[in-house]
Amino acid sequence: MSGIFNSSIGRKIAMALSAFFLMIFLLQHFVINSLSVINPDTFNEVSHFMGTNWLIQYIMQPVLIFGVVFHFIMGFILEIKNRRARQISYAKNNGAANSTWMSRNMIYSGMVILAFIVLHFIDFWFPEINTKYIQGDMSGMHNGEFRYFHELQEKFLSPARVAAYVIAFVFLALHLLHGFTSAFQSMGSTAGRKKAMQNFGKAYAIIIPLGFIIIALYHHLNHH
Amino acid sequence: MNLTLKIWRQKDSNAKGQMVDYKVTDISEHMSFLEMMDVLNEQLINSGEEPVAFDHDCREGICGMCSMYINGEAHGPDRGVTTCQLHMRMFKDGDTITIEPWRATAFPVIKDLVVDRTAFERIQQAGGYISVNTSGNTQDANALPISKHAADEAMDAATCIGCGACVATCKNSSAMLFVGAKVSQYALLPQGQVEAADRVRNMVAQMDLEGFGNCTNTGACEVECPKGISLDNIARMNRELIKASVSD
Amino acid sequence: MALDSKVPEGPIKDKWTTYKDKINLVNPANKRHIDVIVVGTGLAGGSAAATLAELGYNVKAFAYQDSPRRAHSIAAQGGINAAKNYQGDGDSTYRLFYDTVKGGDYRSREANVYRLAEVSANIIDQCVAQGVPFARDYGGLLDNRSFGGVLVSRTFYAKGQTGQQLLLGAYSAMNRQIARGKIEMYNRHEMLDVVKVGGKARGIIARNLITGEIERHSAHAVVIASGGYGNVYFLSTNAMGSNATAAWKAHKRGAYFANPCYTQIHPTCIPRSGDYQSKLTLMSESLRNDGRIWVPKNMDDVMAIREGRKKPTDLSEEERDYYLERRYPAFGNLVPRDVASRAAKERCDAGYGVNATGEAVYLDFASAIERYGKEQAKIHGINNPSKEKITELGEGIVEAKYGNLFQMYEKIVDENPYKTPMMIYPATHYTMGGVWVDYNLMTTVDGLYCIGEANFSDHGANRLGASALMQGLADGYFVLPYTIGDYLANDIRTGKIPTDTKEFDEAEKEVKDRIDFFMNNSGTKSVDHFHKRLGKVMWDKVGMARNEEGLKEAMAEIKAIREEFWKEVKVPGNANEMNPELEKAGRVADFLELGELFAKDALMREESCGGHFREESVELDGEQKGEAKRNDKDFAFVAAWEYKGEPSDAVLHKEELEFKDIELKQRSYK
Repeated sequence: MSGIFNSSIGRKIAMALSAFFLMIFLLQHFVINSLSVINPDTFNEVSHFMGTNWLIQYIMQPVLIFGVVFHFIMGFILEIKNRRARQISYAKNNGAANSTWMSRNMIYSGMVILAFIVLHFIDFWFPEINTKYIQGDMSGMHNGEFRYFHELQEKFLSPARVAAYVIAFVFLALHLLHGFTSAFQSMGSTAGRKKAMQNFGKAYAIIIPLGFIIIALYHHLNHH
Repeated sequence: MNLTLKIWRQKDSNAKGQMVDYKVTDISEHMSFLEMMDVLNEQLINSGEEPVAFDHDCREGICGMCSMYINGEAHGPDRGVTTCQLHMRMFKDGDTITIEPWRATAFPVIKDLVVDRTAFERIQQAGGYISVNTSGNTQDANALPISKHAADEAMDAATCIGCGACVATCKNSSAMLFVGAKVSQYALLPQGQVEAADRVRNMVAQMDLEGFGNCTNTGACEVECPKGISLDNIARMNRELIKASVSD
Repeated sequence: MALDSKVPEGPIKDKWTTYKDKINLVNPANKRHIDVIVVGTGLAGGSAAATLAELGYNVKAFAYQDSPRRAHSIAAQGGINAAKNYQGDGDSTYRLFYDTVKGGDYRSREANVYRLAEVSANIIDQCVAQGVPFARDYGGLLDNRSFGGVLVSRTFYAKGQTGQQLLLGAYSAMNRQIARGKIEMYNRHEMLDVVKVGGKARGIIARNLITGEIERHSAHAVVIASGGYGNVYFLSTNAMGSNATAAWKAHKRGAYFANPCYTQIHPTCIPRSGDYQSKLTLMSESLRNDGRIWVPKNMDDVMAIREGRKKPTDLSEEERDYYLERRYPAFGNLVPRDVASRAAKERCDAGYGVNATGEAVYLDFASAIERYGKEQAKIHGINNPSKEKITELGEGIVEAKYGNLFQMYEKIVDENPYKTPMMIYPATHYTMGGVWVDYNLMTTVDGLYCIGEANFSDHGANRLGASALMQGLADGYFVLPYTIGDYLANDIRTGKIPTDTKEFDEAEKEVKDRIDFFMNNSGTKSVDHFHKRLGKVMWDKVGMARNEEGLKEAMAEIKAIREEFWKEVKVPGNANEMNPELEKAGRVADFLELGELFAKDALMREESCGGHFREESVELDGEQKGEAKRNDKDFAFVAAWEYKGEPSDAVLHKEELEFKDIELKQRSYK
C-alpha cells in the first residue's frame, strides 16, 4: 500500500475510513445515551463499564481520539489544498444548480461539530478524566450512588447549552447527509449511489442526530 | 432580445483581468450562445475595440474546445450541452449574463475566456493509452470477445470530450471525473488489464502534480458534464488505485 | 512536369505487397537521426505521427487546437468501413474496392483505392487493440451496420461517435509517443508556410498562436494532414477553424492541387436559421431510412407555412410532393447523397422551401411512426388499437433508433420532430479534391507528403459514407509509414537540417510581411464579412449545380472580393499575442484564392460526375432524362493544377485514369 496515502485519492480513502469508524462510534454513543431516557440504572451501569473497562479506556479511547483528530486534520488539509486549486474565484457561481448545500459546506458543518466536540470535552470528558485519573476515583460513585445519570441531568439544565447541542446536532445531520454516501464513493464503492443505500444514509443522518437532540431536550424538560 | 453581458477580459496570462460590461441588441432566440458572441465581436471590431477571445471549434458539441462559465455554471444553464450547443432561448430579453473563463489553478487563463488545458494532456500522456504498436499484425479484432455490457460501459466512459467542465464546476477544481473516465474506459476492457496498475497510479500522480483539487463527491461534475459521464467512473478509479496498491 | 503516379506494376491485388517488399528501408539506428514534421493531428495526421514515432523517427506534430484530440475528425458520426466480412454477407477486399470506385463515379485512382480496401481490415484490428470501444453484439463480437450505396454490412461503429473514438485511439497512441519523447507536440501552432531547400521540403514556418511568435522548424520530410477545404463556403459542417492554409501553402510552393471542384454536399443537415448562422450541423444519413422527404405541392401552402398560418401537419397527403419518391421510384428517399441534395435544391429554387429563408424541406417520420406503431400493436397483441396508441408505440421505436439525433434537433431548432416533420437542407460536408499525391502519397514536391482529406486520392468525385475515417487511418497507420521510408532512406547521411539558412529566412520574411500587412492595414471590414461574401458566391454559383455562365461570374466575383479584401480588411489587436482575427485573416486570404481555382476547375470539367454537377451535362432523353451525365471519353482524368501566381493562371496537368479492373458504368437510381 506504499504511497497510496500520499495521493489525492489516498487522502479521500483515509477520510472515508475514519468517517466509517466515527459513524460506528456515533451509533454506539447514541445507543448508550438513549438508555438514559429508557432506564437510568442501566445507563449508569453501562456508563461505568465503558468508563472503567481497560479495553475501552486504553485501546478504544485512544483510537477514537486519533480517529477524530485525524478526520479533522485531514479535512483541513484537504480544504486548504482544494482552495489552492482555485485561487481566483468566480464572480458568479451557481453551486445550487448542481450540488447540495451539504456537499458544498462540509468544512463548515465540520467546524461546528469540532466546536461542539470541544464543548463536549469540557462538559464531560475532562471532568471524567480528572475524576478518574487525576483524583484516582475509579468508583463511579457519588453520595452512595452512580454519578453518571446525575451529571448528565445537571449538564442539561442550562438552556444555552441545550441550544448549543441542538444546533450542533443539526449540523451533524447536515454533515452526515452528504458524508454517509460520500464515504462509500471514496472507498471505490458505488453502493452509496444506490437508492436503498441513499435512503438508509438519509435515515441514519437524520435519526441519530435527532435522537441526540431529543435526549438533550428530554433531560432539559424532565429535570426536577 | 437585448442583453447585458459581463465578460472577463484579460490581455494575457500575466495581466490582471477584470469584468467588463457590454450591451448586445437584437439577439435572436434561435442563435447559439457562440453566435451571440460572434455578434458581440463583430460589434467590437467595427467600433475599433478588441474582440473577446474564446475557444471554440466544431460548434456541434464534440471537440471539447468551447469552455465558458455562464451565469455561474459550466456551459451555462442548459443540461447535456456544451457552450456551443446552448441556445439563446434559454435567456430572456433584458437579462444580464455573466461570462467567465474556467477557473482553476491548473487551467491558467491565456487570454479573456481562453484557458490552458494542457494539464489534461500531460495526464493522458502519463498513461492514458494501451501500449501497442501499429503493425497490421495485431490479433484479429474478433479474436477477443468482449461482453456487450463492458463494451457499452467503456464507450460511455470514453465519450468524455475533455472540455474541463468538471474541473471548472467542481468547488475543489478536481479533475477526477476526467481522469476517472479515462481510467475506467481501459479498466473495463480486457486490452487495458496488462498496464492497469501502472496506468492508474501514474495518471493519478500526474493529476496531483498538476495542482487539481481533491474530490469531495459533491456530484456537481456529473450534473454539468455535457456528455453525462457518470460519477461511477470516479469510484472505479478509486477502486483501481486501491487494487494497484494492494497488488504491489 | 509530367505527372507520374508511380503506381507499381503487376496485378492490382499484388501491387501493394510487392511494393512493400521492394522499397528501401531505414535501419532503426538511422531513424533516430531523421526528423519528420506532421501538420494536423486528426485521424490521418495523428495516426501517422504516432506510427512514425513508434518506428523511431523524431516527429514534430502541429495542431491549431489546444490538443490533438480536438481535430475535426472527432465529429464523424456514422462509422468506418472495413472488408472484414464478419457478417458473412459476401464482402471482400474487391467488393469494397469496387464500391468505392463506383461510389466515386469512376474518378479515383484504382491502385490507391485497392490498397485502401486491402488495409481496411488491419485498421479495425489495430483500433480494437488500442481499446477503441466499438459496438458489440450480445456474443461479444463486433457489430456492423449498413450504409448507403452498398449491398453489404461492413460499417463498424461506436454509437454515433465513431470519429471521436477512433481519433481518441490515435491520440492515445500519440500520447504514448509524446511521453517517450518521440513526438514533440506543438499545440496551438499554425503552419504558415513550407520551406523548400534544394527542391525538397525541409521544414515549415509556424506561428505560436498564444505568443504570436514566428517559429522555424526543420525536418527531412513534411507531411500535410490538415483536412479539407469545405469552409471555403463559409457555412459547412466543418469546424470553425478548419482551413486550407497548410494545403494551399504547399500548393503555392509547387504541390499540384487536384480536383478542387469535387465537393460533397450532404443532404440532411439542419437548415440555416438566419444571417448570424456560423456553422451547420449534420444529421446522420441514417435518418433517410425512415423519413420521407417532401415539400408542399401548392405555392399557397408554402406561403401559409412560412407565415405561420398553416402547419405542415395540416396538409393532406394529396397536398404534399414527395419529390424523391416521385422522381426516383426505385430508390426513393434512399438515393445517394449528391442526388438527394440536388433534388432538394431544385425544389427550393423553384420556391417551395418551407422555412423563412426558403431553404428547407421536410423530413417526415409520421408514416414510419404509424408503420412501426401498427407493427408493435400486432406484436403486443393489441386488437383495434387507437390512433394514439399506435403513435405512442411507433414513437417508441423511432426513439430507440434515432433518439439522440431527435434530441439534438430539438435542442437546436426547438421543435419536437416526433410531432412535426424535421426541416433539413443540404450543406457542404467533405471535399474529395485536395493536394495531388502519387501512389506514395508524396506531392509534386519532393519530401512533401499529403494524407487524409487534404489529399485527393481515394474518393474520386464522391465519397461513400463511412469511408473518410477509413482513408484517414489507412494513410496514417498503414501507408505513409512505409512509403515515406523509401524516400527517407536517402537521407540517413544528411544530418540535421539547419534553420539559419536563406531559405528559412525568406520563407519567414514572407510570413511576417503578410502578418504585418494585416496588422497595419487601415481597412474597415471584418474578416468574416469577406468570408461570408465568398461563401455566398461559392454556394450560389459553385454549389450543388454549376453552369458555365455562373462559374465565369464566380471567378470574376471571387477575384473582386479578394482584391477588396486586401484593401479593406480590418484586423484588430496585435501580432505578438493570441489574435483569433489575425488567424482567420490568413485563412480567409487563402480561401479567396482557393475558391477561384475551385470555380476554374469546375468550369474546365464540362461533365457531371459525383459531387460535381454541370447543368449543361445531363441526359437529354430516355429513362435518365435530366440526370447527371458523365463524360468518360473526355474527362476520365485527374485535374492537377499548378500554381502560377493568380489562381486564374493555374496550369492544368492531367493524370489519365485507367480502369483495368472495373468496367465504367452509368449510375442509375430510377
